[in-house]
Amino acid sequence: MEKQKKIMLAHGGGGRLMGDLIQRTIVPKFGDGQSVQLTDSATVDVPAGKLSFTTDSFVVKPLFFNGGDIGKLAVCGTVNDLAVAGAKPLALSLSLILEEGLDMDILEKVLQSIGDTAKAANVNIITGDTKVVEKGSADEIFVNTAGVGMLMGNADPSFARIKPGDVILVNGTLGDHGMTIMSQREGLKFDTPLKSDCVCLHELTEMLYNDCGNAVKFMRDPTRGGLAATLNEVAQSAGVNVELDETALPIDKTVQTAADMLGFDLLNIANEGKVLAVVDAEVVDRVIDLWKSHPLGEKAAVIGTIAEADGSPLVELVTKIGGRRIVQTPYGRELPRIC
Amino acid sequence: MCLAVPARVIEKDGDRAVADAMGNRWNIRITLTPDIEVGDVVLIHAGYAITKVDEEEAKKTWELFEEIAHFEAERLKAKQQEGDRDA
Amino acid sequence: MKPSGLRPSNRKATEMLERIEQARKSIHSACEKVGRQIQVMEVCGTHTVSIFRHGIRTLLPENLKMLSGPGCPVCVTDQGYIDVVMDLARRDDTIIATYGDMIRVPGKGDSLESLHRDNIKVVLSTDNGLALAKKHPDKTVVFVAVGFETTTPASAVAVADAAREGVGNFCILSGHKLVVPAMKALLGSKNDKIDAFLCPGHVSVILGSDAYRSVVDEFNRPCVVAGFEGVQILEGLAKICEQIADGRAEIDSVYGAAVTPQGNRTAWKIITDMFEPCDGPWRGLGVIPGATMRLKNQYKQFDALHRFGIEEVPSEEPAGCQCGQILCGLMDPPQCGLFGKKCTPDTPVGPCMVSTEGACSAWYKYGR
Repeated sequence: MEKQKKIMLAHGGGGRLMGDLIQRTIVPKFGDGQSVQLTDSATVDVPAGKLSFTTDSFVVKPLFFNGGDIGKLAVCGTVNDLAVAGAKPLALSLSLILEEGLDMDILEKVLQSIGDTAKAANVNIITGDTKVVEKGSADEIFVNTAGVGMLMGNADPSFARIKPGDVILVNGTLGDHGMTIMSQREGLKFDTPLKSDCVCLHELTEMLYNDCGNAVKFMRDPTRGGLAATLNEVAQSAGVNVELDETALPIDKTVQTAADMLGFDLLNIANEGKVLAVVDAEVVDRVIDLWKSHPLGEKAAVIGTIAEADGSPLVELVTKIGGRRIVQTPYGRELPRIC
Repeated sequence: MCLAVPARVIEKDGDRAVADAMGNRWNIRITLTPDIEVGDVVLIHAGYAITKVDEEEAKKTWELFEEIAHFEAERLKAKQQEGDRDA
Repeated sequence: MKPSGLRPSNRKATEMLERIEQARKSIHSACEKVGRQIQVMEVCGTHTVSIFRHGIRTLLPENLKMLSGPGCPVCVTDQGYIDVVMDLARRDDTIIATYGDMIRVPGKGDSLESLHRDNIKVVLSTDNGLALAKKHPDKTVVFVAVGFETTTPASAVAVADAAREGVGNFCILSGHKLVVPAMKALLGSKNDKIDAFLCPGHVSVILGSDAYRSVVDEFNRPCVVAGFEGVQILEGLAKICEQIADGRAEIDSVYGAAVTPQGNRTAWKIITDMFEPCDGPWRGLGVIPGATMRLKNQYKQFDALHRFGIEEVPSEEPAGCQCGQILCGLMDPPQCGLFGKKCTPDTPVGPCMVSTEGACSAWYKYGR
């Protein structure tokens, strides 16, 4: 059958065209194709222990950006959700919702990226689904991935274990992903060397658990809403205060300058390759050493501490000039401003 | 009331210019600052240069300014050398 | 006790910290000398945000209070103006081009965001607005022209460009405002609670620091221009407090990097070529004579009011909203009955909550 140049509704119709799309376009992107089981559900061999299970949908625009694309994002996002929960990723599912008329080339590029990223992260995509919707009912391509992973040893990251005196670390610079996407949005576009930090973080989380075990209290990848959203969740859920040190925040000057131009606060901007860890103060030096030994942790830094909440829990920032202010959860969409 | 950020003018064509701040580049208008030359640092507000920045003064109080100025000066030098070679 | 944030990493940082410490000491000793409560108004909304972001209030003595003034275009834009924007946005023959700042400002009911119409475009510059008009010749592009002297020249240039290039489907809805008449109106009628002004950095780039001469001469209030870095704001406040302690009222500036006494005459000329002052409503302050800018008669074809046959912009205030009192320095945001209850950044009633630099929003967001 001749390969079509654009996605048609029939590609999702369950017939020959769909079979062809799956066999010829989708499956070959995932390594040797052996891992993909073409049954309606896949089976996974699971060692004894606890299973971690997560799902995430991806709707980013533009689909391709400096440092990544929707496919890479879809794999990293789910791998990271497993990783910060203390799990070793085992397998992923992949669901595609395609808009009628989507260029086959675009789909192929996205699939290639999904395959490459999964392979690099050593995680198999073992089942999936494809739907095609009428033109205008979706924006080119939506991706959903779900993932399962095995909880590592006695890993028990939870808000409940966060205590005053614990220390907060992050593995690198803040806001890179969000500002990169912003710089390529219609209407905001500007030339920039900015690059998304989109990456799988499981090696960083695994090295922490393997070495420090339960001295790791909590981990999270601060994606939408940035550091501000994640830390406010920590404060609220753990019933503690968070004290941040502005001078310690790892921030790239190019990212900062771009944010200043548009009037954004980098604490509110999304990351896709950052992990925030709350650890026992005793292991801080060890964590820094471990992370700095890994390419994804070169700019790792201690950015704050956990303190007793006297009143309602809040996130406070000690500013560069020595003032103090409260960091609130951002309200949603960031808009560029001139004033 | 008005956000404005410093950037260095690296190209100029009539009343339009390209300004660079740490590698981020914006197309701007220099209609309000007709005397601006390539190499000057300007303050940009809503896509317009609103004034030339006195670099010596700026270095004293602008946290990022020294770094931006240095970064851009180096970049400009490299570009000029490139131009010299081409010529 | 030294805050843990102060960790000088190099010579430059050490130098900066010394300047901060010096400014802080000057402020404290001057305020101690004065003894009574001092109220300084930061006119500019971007100063308001900077003061919160840097945590500057926590560094000031107890008897020095910062008032957040009327220097945020979103805050002072009358609801009637917003309602006109909404009406224009609901038409099928228009494209609304606006700075991101105005997207969430509510009119009587809706905001541009809640209209969910794809004829509403966020732009970063008037240039982008004019480009939209060229790209869509079958629509009329209405540029939501708000802002003070810093922003007005961009609107003036766009109209001049449109006139020169014959772009007939471009127009602006002018809500541009002038700062100095508003400062004088605040001192003249509403209250005597303002001891001095921290003057806006970027408005002063255009106006020049000499523009505050009449405030100093007629009202005997210190006027000090400052930039937006923490150290600049503190040094500006130090100058103000020293003047008050000495019983002086003068023009001063700590923003020599960008502000001259004369300002940007080219920009000012472009403004006055295209615009003329008129009487117009400011939210919460009522009608201030000569403090709103409209296009001159010869450019009326680019005036959205003329284009769409709108006779008058009705002036309206949302019920219970104390934005006016807050802008005048007569009330703090938490003293408003709606603050944090009916009026939050998610459901803003008044414009001071809508703008991220509005006094209420900043107070809510950064916890005062």
